[in-house]
Amino acid sequence: MKLRRHTTPWALSAPAMLLFGCLLLVPLGLTAVLSFNVFDYTTGVKNEFTLAHYLAVLGDEYYYGIFWRTFWISGLTTLICLAVGAPEAYVLSRMGNPWRSIFLLVVLAPLLVSVVVRAFGWSMLLGPQGVVNHALQVLGLGPVRILYTEWAVVIALVHVMLPFMVIPVWTSLQKLDAGVENAALSLSASHFTTLRRIVLPQVLPGILSGSLIVFGLSASAFAIPGLLGGRRLKMVATVVYDEYLHELNWPLGAALALILLVANLLVMLSYNRVLEGRYKKSLG
Amino acid sequence: MSFLTLSDVSKLYGANCVVSHLSLSVAKGEFVSLLGPSGCGKTTTLQMIAGFTEVSSGRILLDGKDITDTKPNSRGLGIVFQSYALFPHMTVFDNVSFGLEMRRVSRAERIDRVNRALALVHLGELADRYPRELSGGQRQRVALARALVIEPAVLLLDEPLSNLDAKLREEMQFELRQIQRKVGTTTIMVTHDQTEAMSISDRVVVMQAGRVTQIDAPFKLYEQPQTRFISTFVGKANLLTGRVALAGALARVDLGAITVEVDGAGLSEGAEAVLSLRPEKISFVPPGQGQLDGVVTARFFLGSQWLYHVATALGELQVACPNGDVLPPEEQSRTGLAWDANSLRVLS
Amino acid sequence: MSKNGPLALLFNALVISFMLAPLLIVCIVAFTPANTLTIPTTQFSLRWFKAVFAHPDFVTSFWNSLWLALSSATLATLIAIPAGLALTRFNFAGREALNALFLSPLIIPHLVLGVALLRLFSLIGATGSFFWLVLAHVVVITPYVLRLVVAASVGADRSCEQAALSLGASGATVFRRVTLPMILPGVTGGWLLAFINSFDEVTMSIFVTAPATVTLPVRMYMYATESIDPLMAAASALMVAFTAAVMLLLDRLYGLDKILVGEK
Repeated sequence: MKLRRHTTPWALSAPAMLLFGCLLLVPLGLTAVLSFNVFDYTTGVKNEFTLAHYLAVLGDEYYYGIFWRTFWISGLTTLICLAVGAPEAYVLSRMGNPWRSIFLLVVLAPLLVSVVVRAFGWSMLLGPQGVVNHALQVLGLGPVRILYTEWAVVIALVHVMLPFMVIPVWTSLQKLDAGVENAALSLSASHFTTLRRIVLPQVLPGILSGSLIVFGLSASAFAIPGLLGGRRLKMVATVVYDEYLHELNWPLGAALALILLVANLLVMLSYNRVLEGRYKKSLG
Repeated sequence: MSFLTLSDVSKLYGANCVVSHLSLSVAKGEFVSLLGPSGCGKTTTLQMIAGFTEVSSGRILLDGKDITDTKPNSRGLGIVFQSYALFPHMTVFDNVSFGLEMRRVSRAERIDRVNRALALVHLGELADRYPRELSGGQRQRVALARALVIEPAVLLLDEPLSNLDAKLREEMQFELRQIQRKVGTTTIMVTHDQTEAMSISDRVVVMQAGRVTQIDAPFKLYEQPQTRFISTFVGKANLLTGRVALAGALARVDLGAITVEVDGAGLSEGAEAVLSLRPEKISFVPPGQGQLDGVVTARFFLGSQWLYHVATALGELQVACPNGDVLPPEEQSRTGLAWDANSLRVLS
Repeated sequence: MSKNGPLALLFNALVISFMLAPLLIVCIVAFTPANTLTIPTTQFSLRWFKAVFAHPDFVTSFWNSLWLALSSATLATLIAIPAGLALTRFNFAGREALNALFLSPLIIPHLVLGVALLRLFSLIGATGSFFWLVLAHVVVITPYVLRLVVAASVGADRSCEQAALSLGASGATVFRRVTLPMILPGVTGGWLLAFINSFDEVTMSIFVTAPATVTLPVRMYMYATESIDPLMAAASALMVAFTAAVMLLLDRLYGLDKILVGEK
């Protein structure tokens, strides 16, 4: 009886563990090893090891440019999502049903549509003959080149990432005791002060969580820069694709992919640290 | 001859002793309550009898058989959980017949027995409803029917009435007892509500910090509490402390303002003594005509009785008197208090 | 709860329009009779939809995606149910680590998973294998099922299982007749969510599909990088319709808001 109790959870988790071990941990390990392999343009991957790829990636100006572009696009996307998503979540939380549920669904449902479709939709809207340019021409402003610039990528990323900001902020708002806001107002606080000093501090964990998720996902985005950035505008993910499928320099691609992975993990997991530190004490 | 015996049963979680050397003999058909505050180990004891928690040491015997190591699905006990634990995806009928299905009872017999069980708890017409369509009291009856239909050796009730509102709780207490008497099943109930335990049990087991402090019939428990804790936990009590001035068969205890005479068994001269005096044993008399005088500081009307707080030389005493013909004293009035000498209980 | 002022409502309207714009444009342009991407105003045509159905690559990749999603969602659910029960019913050393492992695909970029699996497949000769593609998808979508199974398991009253045991049921019977029915809504919702995520998946799939196993999103991505014409719009519109149908089903069986936001 006692023995059974200790082995049962492992027995139940075994199939998933087997799958994840073979198709997650092993491949990542292989890729880590691959990133140190030597690559020869004529013969391919050789079984010798070198740090050359990491040195190239972390030392070459070309890659600096890629990293910088990826960083500022992700940062800008995060800021816009913050400026739009957090207020939107707040506005929605103050609506009554049925509108609240309907609008929430409209904002979140695009998550379930493939990113290819959404990216293509934006390429149509932002193209030289697209809806946006048509509208601008009607207003008398000349046609603007949006597609295949960083701005197209940012706009489409915001569209895809907005739900990831709305959800944690919405969840934080739901946890708020509705009476707290009223209590502040009854004590003669202005609406703005109530927002700033009562609502915002409690929603901050949600905002933080959303920001980190959006940043991490934007930095590793592939389909959107691929379809809206064009051949010249590369982000980390599209460079990895080039290395693997065009240059066939798998070790270099692997090095880039691992750097992306580590950066992502650091960003996503730093949330736990911050939350544990600052907020656990005051929020319980 | 004991039907259910717990013999020196203990439960430890690491170094934490949750139940300590508990021994209990329950006769067949008896209704026993485990009474105590949260954390006293009563629920753990029930879980051990049911087999959901392993016994650290000691044995549990049912009708002569040692069931300490038997799996919970082989013990044949009927359990009513605090949350009722009705299967939400099954109708009332299917819930009650589940135990019979497990015992491979034929369909015809199942239908018959389920209907009789539902009639016993007065829920015959609700057989096709789902638990979410029932009120709290109705769900509780279904849980009871489900436990009784399998004709269990012992019925275990885990705080069965705690989720009901006060009025319903009172009604269900008596109904529970009636059903139990009718069916004759040995029953063990866990509760923190002392009125509940006292009103329907044959015997009450008072538990505190994992140990049994007293096992007695309700009346005896109330009239002769053995410890300070029991006297204030079971009913209300005025606790009077003093020193034994004269030891003997009839001892004299000096309470400061007055001296009283009590049963001297176990009292040595000079020792400290704690006496318990129940509020309803004190009556109001004109000032100077009782053992003590005092001033009424507050009074509360509780419907069937009045509860008084009276400031005296012995401290503030609680006095209860029934809502009868005699008009009780007003607040701030002087009054005398009198009681029968036998009403004073010595506590250990 | 105070109401929103007109400014707030305008803001909301803008955000809603922003979120719907690309989806609407795709659906509208799909009906154009012209040869280029134009918005149909006077005439509407189904020619591009017919072109999609007549395009062998698109049709094949649709079936690939469908079978892939059905298989991987089912397999993911089959391994997530016992894993979810293990994580919620038992307190054992390593539980936190196991939970983190099973949810890790949510924070590992699909790109990284894609190249990692590409490496593995090339080493073991699995490129072009539908079976290994299914397994790859299972890894990516299991967290979605697992989260819902865990939520359902935590929400189910544990004492119901104890009650069933006390009434004489064996462990297997308890699972079959009490636990499983109680967590079924979560399981179904999880299956559907996993299905749609597998169907939509493109970034990882680009690396691990071979010409024989190309999925619909990958096919569409490749098509979009080469030529831009209303065929793509029609295919996209069909994707949106298909997704909407699955969302409707999800809403009926579980509740779309609960899936997207989580239980209150």
